[in-house]
Amino acid sequence: MSRKAKNGIVEWIDYRLPIFSFIKHLGEYRTPKNLNYMWSFGSIAGIALVIQILTGLFLAMHYSPNANTAFASVENIMRNVNYGWLIRYMHAVGASMFFVAVYVHIGRGLYYGSYKSPRELVWFFGLFIFLLMMATAFMGYVLPWGQMSFWGATVITNLFSAIPIVGESIVQWLWGGFAVDDPTLNRFFVLHYLLPFIIVAMVILHITALHIHGSNNPTGVEVKSKNDTIPFHPYYTVKDLFGFTIFFIIFAFFVFYQPNYLGHPDNYMQADPMVTPPHIVPEWYFLPFYAILRAIPSKLGGVIAMFGAIAVLFALPWLDSSKVKSASYRPKFKIFYWLFIFDVILLGYIGGNPPEGWYIAIGRVATFYYFMHFFFIIPMLAKYEKTLPEPKSIRSARND
Amino acid sequence: MNKTNKEAPKNKSRRDFIVLTATALAAVGGGAALWPFVDSMNPSADVLALSSVEVDLKPILVGQTVKVLWRGKPVFIRHRTPKDIEEAQNVDWQSLPDPQPDAERVKPGRSEWLVMIGVCTHLGCIPIGDSGDYHGWFCPCHGSHYDTSGRIRKGPAPLNLIVPAYQFINDTKIKIG
Repeated sequence: MSRKAKNGIVEWIDYRLPIFSFIKHLGEYRTPKNLNYMWSFGSIAGIALVIQILTGLFLAMHYSPNANTAFASVENIMRNVNYGWLIRYMHAVGASMFFVAVYVHIGRGLYYGSYKSPRELVWFFGLFIFLLMMATAFMGYVLPWGQMSFWGATVITNLFSAIPIVGESIVQWLWGGFAVDDPTLNRFFVLHYLLPFIIVAMVILHITALHIHGSNNPTGVEVKSKNDTIPFHPYYTVKDLFGFTIFFIIFAFFVFYQPNYLGHPDNYMQADPMVTPPHIVPEWYFLPFYAILRAIPSKLGGVIAMFGAIAVLFALPWLDSSKVKSASYRPKFKIFYWLFIFDVILLGYIGGNPPEGWYIAIGRVATFYYFMHFFFIIPMLAKYEKTLPEPKSIRSARND
Repeated sequence: MNKTNKEAPKNKSRRDFIVLTATALAAVGGGAALWPFVDSMNPSADVLALSSVEVDLKPILVGQTVKVLWRGKPVFIRHRTPKDIEEAQNVDWQSLPDPQPDAERVKPGRSEWLVMIGVCTHLGCIPIGDSGDYHGWFCPCHGSHYDTSGRIRKGPAPLNLIVPAYQFINDTKIKIG
């Protein structure tokens, strides 16, 4: 086919459905020239999502969503299905890796003030993705029908029984019975398969909203002219590919050398509704929120605090009214940012330990500090912090 | 011209009425169409079918607790010791988080038998027997302590362990459900 004829077909299609213009937009999409490696984690989270969907598709071909056969079918995948062990370990480790990438991505946004105007909706869609991810991961963890699956599902679904009056009916509706059982497993499997595609739709909205005003950057100063930007391709495609490489090396280390390190051994025992394991712990990525749940000595209060811990992130663009975005020009904010990160890690540590003795006291202090950070420290900093002078433009910050 | 000006608002309000009623009806219809799908997730008839379990109490010794499965949940049947009963009765029950006297939680004249759904009222774990600060049950998940009557004494659980509907068929047999 001659070049001209080919262009003819391209033009014919593009006139009717502008997919080629869209690809051209992606190729020419301009990005701040000073993005550091922290900006690679969005793409890394994206590739992690693709890996989860692909490995999940192949697992679903062998998995049986029935309370009597689910546990055995997972063992069958591990022992008999060709490369079943690899696909399952990729999926299980991949969930953790996806959360690592997303947590770094969120942490990047918090540090550089990426949630601020005009990117509030980018932030919102990101939080929706985060919420959907948590729901998907939770339901996925139930599917192997091990002890942690069963009791994790019991505890989390019971959170809804804290709702006054209708709580009990809602929980029975979620279960399709009087306890977590076969109907619950079936619907969790269906939803676990559905939600990732809703996440994909949210990702599209997240990126579309991002492309309206473009990426934030380490200076937090908006793009002023073409001198501040470089095309996404090839500069950031190459940079992101390097990020992928490092990510895949860490990923492969866990898959091949420590596939069960991030999981819990109790989940290799089949679900038993008569015996609760002595220490129920969720997967590591839920631990900070689990610690907040347990810190409040009231059922409804604990549930409200746990959901509130994420809900408060939606209010962040307004709680932090400082015009300066990047922590690089906010010396006090920077200190409190790292204190907050430490607090979240501390909550994670507390969440992984039994609710007794000092763990309770530390958990309560850390929970209190978590909310203090958003409701007191951030608004106070926005009002009183003396920020450093920002550069006039990205270009002048780089002195070139 | 004059005529149309007069008619316009009249027509408009009539049209608004039609639009509003049609929208309202569509919303009701939409809601009604949604309901079967929502309700399909509720417990189905076979799950709801009243299941009952008969338990022979003869082999349960004093101080022993037996777990039986009923509707997918464990039921604790405890043959209480005189000390258990004494502890359960000698409590200022009105000051408890979920106030209930021990007498309300057992059948009259059979205070040695305590029958409860063995599911923590906090988030649904199964409490461990003969433990906790009140010598009753202790939930390992989030640290709720229950006394020898299964009443919540300390910790995040809001309610006492639930006593299911049951009856004595004879002196040594009960029917749960």
